[in-house]
Amino acid sequence: MAEEWKRSADVVIIGAGIQGCSIAYNLAKLGVKDVVVLEKDTPTAGSTGRCAAGIRAQWGTKMNCQLGLASLEILEHLHEELGMDIGLHQGGYLMVAYKESEFEQLKKNVALQNSLGITSRVVNKEEAYEICPTLSAEDAVGFTYHHRDGHADPFLTTIAYHKAASEKGVRFYKFTECTGIKVKGEVKGVVTTRGEIDTPVVVDAAGPYSQHIAAMAGIKLPFYSERHEILVTEPVEFGVCPCMLMSFSGNYYIQQRPIGSIIAGCSPEGHPEDYSLGNTWNFLEHMSRVIVKLLPKLGGVRVVRQWSGMYNMSPDKQPVIGESKEVKGFYISAGFSGHGFMFGPISGKLLAELIVTGTSSIPIDVLNYDRFERGELIEEPAVV
Amino acid sequence: MTEEEKERNVIVCRCEEITMGEIRDWIARGYDTFDELKHILRVGMGPCQGRGCREIILREIAKMKNVPITQVDPGTFRPPSKPVKLELLAKKEGGE
Ligand SMILES: Cc1cc2nc3c(=O)[nH]c(=O)nc-3n(C[C@H](O)[C@H](O)[C@H](O)COP(=O)(O)OP(=O)(O)OC[C@H]3O[C@@H](n4cnc5c(N)ncnc54)[C@H](O)[C@@H]3O)c2cc1C
Ligand code: FES
Repeated sequence: MAEEWKRSADVVIIGAGIQGCSIAYNLAKLGVKDVVVLEKDTPTAGSTGRCAAGIRAQWGTKMNCQLGLASLEILEHLHEELGMDIGLHQGGYLMVAYKESEFEQLKKNVALQNSLGITSRVVNKEEAYEICPTLSAEDAVGFTYHHRDGHADPFLTTIAYHKAASEKGVRFYKFTECTGIKVKGEVKGVVTTRGEIDTPVVVDAAGPYSQHIAAMAGIKLPFYSERHEILVTEPVEFGVCPCMLMSFSGNYYIQQRPIGSIIAGCSPEGHPEDYSLGNTWNFLEHMSRVIVKLLPKLGGVRVVRQWSGMYNMSPDKQPVIGESKEVKGFYISAGFSGHGFMFGPISGKLLAELIVTGTSSIPIDVLNYDRFERGELIEEPAVV
Repeated sequence: MTEEEKERNVIVCRCEEITMGEIRDWIARGYDTFDELKHILRVGMGPCQGRGCREIILREIAKMKNVPITQVDPGTFRPPSKPVKLELLAKKEGGE
């Protein structure tokens, strides 16, 4: 298909995952005319299409609580805003603590969340078993729950942004790889496998490859990517595990999707750098043991598929969102460390505001990457 | 009903109940690879894993893009595997 090639643009975004598509849509919504998105494969082909797509507001820092809640609010109305169903399912997240110290932290998080308008609560074992009818967690010491947390379909959500952005005039070039960034004191343009585009603004939304894109502009991002495995079972009657079960010390997340299948994953031991997308027996057996222990009635359910995807890790497991202080016009939205799907709706909005107006409606200055040099890491207790 | 309308109403993917009209509309919007259509409409993800609809959809993509069918990406192929019960996988100790 002969497609017109734009030789110049106001903004060029690299990557059409949830981040790139949300940023593109929000820029167009704010009136930016010439937005181009480059995608080396097809939209959702990166981490977004491989993720568990859990969404939550149960966080442990004020900023993440605010971002998580703002994202939930956007997701709750996204169908109307974008005109496409996004497969939203709010069955809640049930956090499971196995150590007293962990439970103390979860309780502190709930107090903080409540002070910010998030109606999470501490629940006892009986309530936990009501929320998740097949749960067996006799060794747990405590639980917290927030009913608005849940899941959205990662494909539908991203395509909804993609389609709405296209309709507002954003140009998406798929199967088009960015191979260089032209910088002369500030951003001048991009080089791709299909030609060059002049632009004063580049947004790095390349997910697991964000540090490679930044390097093209001479910027060193202290990120790396690690492989995370995940499995899915055949569909079973809905309701056996309607919430997301999550434990930091237990190192797992398990959730039944509305179509009935159960997805489950955990973090790799030692968090090694790994850009491959392989699958292991080790994971399959370990994860199956975890599921059968927690949900003993599901032993007869069959695993039908396993796959893997990458987390783009930052030193404090918090993203970098904002403009580079070294290269004017180079913006970054990456390093989400495994939580980039749920933050996509709000981070895309805030970054678009930053590009257009210079400020954002929720302050995110602390998310600049110079925090790593200053040693001012963000301490978020609610990550795996 | 016109010939065109009749064709649009034909169910292409029986597992997921997707019509030719839906397929054509999404291809026309630029979602013209099998994987994209699969992600949006779940075609090819039903019990038959696309045996019933893949060929028809690939042919439609080729027709609408005006390219030979050999140039249409058939999409990610996931070899049929035999589903295994969780309790069997859980029983094996030690791994590897
Ligand atoms: C197993 C697993 C489970 C997860 N579970 C959750 C969860 O429950 N909740 C949650 O919020 N997050 C979860 N995540 C994390 C989430 O998937 C990511 O944080 C999020 O999808 C990142 O989105 P993105 O748009 O930044 O990156 P991506 O979706 O990876 O998009 C980046 C895009 O850039 C493209 N690209 C890269 N380099 C180039 C180039 N040079 N030129 C052109 N294009 C390029 C890629 O092809 C890709 O499509 C999970 C991740 C994994 C792997
Ligand atoms: S007919 Fe399309 S998946 Fe079976």
